[in-house]
Amino acid sequence: MTHLTTAPLLLEPLLAEVTAPHCGGTCIFLGTVRDGPEDGGVTGIEYSAYDVMADAELERIVTETRRQWPGARIAVRHRLGLVPAEEASIAIAVATPHRADAFAACRHVIEEVKQRLPIWKKELRADGTATWVDPSGHPSMVGPQ
Amino acid sequence: MKGTPGGTVTVRVRFFARYAELAGRAEGTLTVPLPATVSDVVDRARHEWPGASALPPEPLAAVNLRHVRLDASVSDGDEVALLPPLAGG
Repeated sequence: MTHLTTAPLLLEPLLAEVTAPHCGGTCIFLGTVRDGPEDGGVTGIEYSAYDVMADAELERIVTETRRQWPGARIAVRHRLGLVPAEEASIAIAVATPHRADAFAACRHVIEEVKQRLPIWKKELRADGTATWVDPSGHPSMVGPQ
Repeated sequence: MKGTPGGTVTVRVRFFARYAELAGRAEGTLTVPLPATVSDVVDRARHEWPGASALPPEPLAAVNLRHVRLDASVSDGDEVALLPPLAGG
């Protein structure tokens, strides 16, 4: 697996992958585990994946994005396993010759990830409950951990 | 590869996350008559494994690591994955 890891995500290696003399703009997106006022005390999220497909799908997304923004340099990592609140679950770095394309291509990658990646998350809460997250709006309790 | 001379295909079925909990298994093998679609595999899974009857009517699916529609055909040896609503990122 090249795009998936269970380790905390580090920016320096991603930046090193995309930095190039012809690129004058680099955009980084981090998705982090949120515990907002309406999230009910989320202590972390357990990420699981159809890992072989998720890795293949990420590679397809990167290839398609490079085709759409020629010259773009792209690095993506998605973290799996338990990710504590406030830590990053996904990091995307995109470098392009000019800044507008870096923002656009980076946005494209995260939106495609949201639509296509076979990854699932179970929110863990301080009260011991856990919930499978369903972005279509139908959370289902899985009981105390 | 097509199916066997008897007119069936055997596929590996994989369940993930909440669907694995419902089905009570992460994977299994099913044989269905030709011509077979992903939808036929889902129907057979519901009969074969009681917990799988709780799967939604039209789950997301992938064959051999690519997203497919439920009317996609399946061949002998395919890996059919049933995917809960995606939540990556």
